[in-house]
Amino acid sequence: MTGAAFGIGRIRWNWLVAAAILLAALPLVYETYTPTLLAIWALFALSLALMWGYAGILSFGHAAYFGLGAYAYAIASFNVGESTVPFLLAIIVPAIVAAIIGAMMFYGRISDVYLGVMTLVVTLILNRFMNATAGDAYRIGNARLGGFNGIPAFPTLNVPGDPNMQVYGTAYYFVVIVCLIGAYLICRWILASGFGRVLIGIRENELRMELLGYNVPAYKTAIFTVSGAMAGLSGCLFANWAEIVTPTVFSLGQTAEVLIWVIVGGLGTLVGPMIAAVVLGMLKLALGTQTLIDNSLILGAILILVVLLIPRGFAPTFAAWRRRLAQVQVHRRQARGTRRRRVALQEASQ
Amino acid sequence: MDYAAIVVLEILYMIAFLALISAGLAIVFGMMRVINLAHGEFVMVGGYATIAAAKAGINVYFAMLVISPIVVGVIGLVVERLIVRFLYGRMIDIMLATWGLGLLLTGIITLIFGNTPVSVPTPIPGYRVGHYQMGGYNLFVIAVAAVLIGSMWFALRYTRVGLVARGAMQGREVVSALGYNPSTIYMLTFTVGAALSGLAGGVMAPLTGLLPSIGGAYIAKAFITVITGGAAVIAGTLTTAAVFGTVDQIVSFASTPVLGEIAMLALALVLLRLMPQGVTGKFFRNST
Repeated sequence: MTGAAFGIGRIRWNWLVAAAILLAALPLVYETYTPTLLAIWALFALSLALMWGYAGILSFGHAAYFGLGAYAYAIASFNVGESTVPFLLAIIVPAIVAAIIGAMMFYGRISDVYLGVMTLVVTLILNRFMNATAGDAYRIGNARLGGFNGIPAFPTLNVPGDPNMQVYGTAYYFVVIVCLIGAYLICRWILASGFGRVLIGIRENELRMELLGYNVPAYKTAIFTVSGAMAGLSGCLFANWAEIVTPTVFSLGQTAEVLIWVIVGGLGTLVGPMIAAVVLGMLKLALGTQTLIDNSLILGAILILVVLLIPRGFAPTFAAWRRRLAQVQVHRRQARGTRRRRVALQEASQ
Repeated sequence: MDYAAIVVLEILYMIAFLALISAGLAIVFGMMRVINLAHGEFVMVGGYATIAAAKAGINVYFAMLVISPIVVGVIGLVVERLIVRFLYGRMIDIMLATWGLGLLLTGIITLIFGNTPVSVPTPIPGYRVGHYQMGGYNLFVIAVAAVLIGSMWFALRYTRVGLVARGAMQGREVVSALGYNPSTIYMLTFTVGAALSGLAGGVMAPLTGLLPSIGGAYIAKAFITVITGGAAVIAGTLTTAAVFGTVDQIVSFASTPVLGEIAMLALALVLLRLMPQGVTGKFFRNST
């Protein structure tokens, strides 16, 4: 087995540089409003791909941390004004919540379906609560939570230290791209480290890692926290893009979408889910402009077909095809080699 | 006094509601260890079947008690044959595929009925308890749930079908040893589970009104009731329905319905943390 099959992988720097150049050149030929959103979704998919694909932890409530990031930013920016602290809070708050919930689950040896239920329930609690926070009674500092209508018109991201220099449009697109590439590199760094290798070991065989003396709950809690922080960052970027935060960030639909991106892209890869998020995101936006076919119908059909036909997702399936193709070529070369040798032997014996 | 009577009635109604919407999921989870995340959408389709039939002039009781279970049962049968049967033993994949199915059903219903609420009038008029006006239909829901749970318990405990079903809970080999084809038994189980979801949807339709997205409201409650209940289908579902229903209504009366629901969800978190195998993993171990 190669390293890639175990999912350790390595950074293909030439591809990364090419992708960065392409992304940087995009604003020259195309508007940046939609690509910004797609990049934010890719970041959200990346956060789940890291946890699910490499540590084997499937959360049915990843939208909770996305939403917490968005709300944390919106609430804090009303109270602080300058956006640096809110931006950091949007990462720290989801990380703390994820650490608490993760510790509660993993030290309680909860896994599989039960983990799915608990993460789902956390998301639902947040969703119900935020939906019910209409009226003046619910405010944190200067920020009114606004219930179903959400929080509109909060101060968006500014150049650090200067609240009057708002970051928007193409500049904001570059901020998002930098966050995305940075998060990708952090993921790669985690996976290449000893910590990442232990995580992959846990995914492959939890009991074995436990018997080898690793503190499995601590490792799982740690990756849950990292993933939560990353989802929070994507939520914060989404809030700045949309310039409004509503309880739909906690909805089941939001959770379903990120799950679908990751499973379609493929477990055990990082690039696959990001590409799937972009492609399916474009599909969703395209479907949103017409009323003939309902969006969830298409998403549902895609999810069923992928689980039934290519349960490993597109990226690993493509990789397997490429390996098989390479093997076929090797076989052919070997077969040719034996034939040549046989001919040579026959000639020698004659 | 009147107030106490109303609180008790509302608690009973909530318990019946939870038991009713969880029954289908509980059967499928208890016997096949399969989590059907399209359960909420099955309930939703059952509701639409009742409303469509009632609008077509069919007696509303016949629609909810016969037509809805049949329609959703047939959908369940098709789904089991086309999707679920390829995925047995892969718990997470089944959850994902049925989630996709749920989205698909939501999309289809949106296409057919549109994204606006539809409803059917409640067939039973209200009555008065002292100064308070009560919905008479709630009593009907309580009765249906009681009859349903009672007959499920009787069937599992005292009939040949129940014996095979309890065998299926133990595992495939037991079904084979009893002389049945496990594949057929699983197919029938999934169909019956779907039919029960349809029944729940039909019975609840006059009370809630329907939207294509209403499945999400059902799945969470049914999910926590069944999973927290644990392996014993009926005892588990009844216990957790009673606990959750009581907590939900008491908190709702004391504050707001939203806080009641949040209290119920938070309690589910605590119970799952303390008893990861469900309530019946710890208590009532030898019940059905």
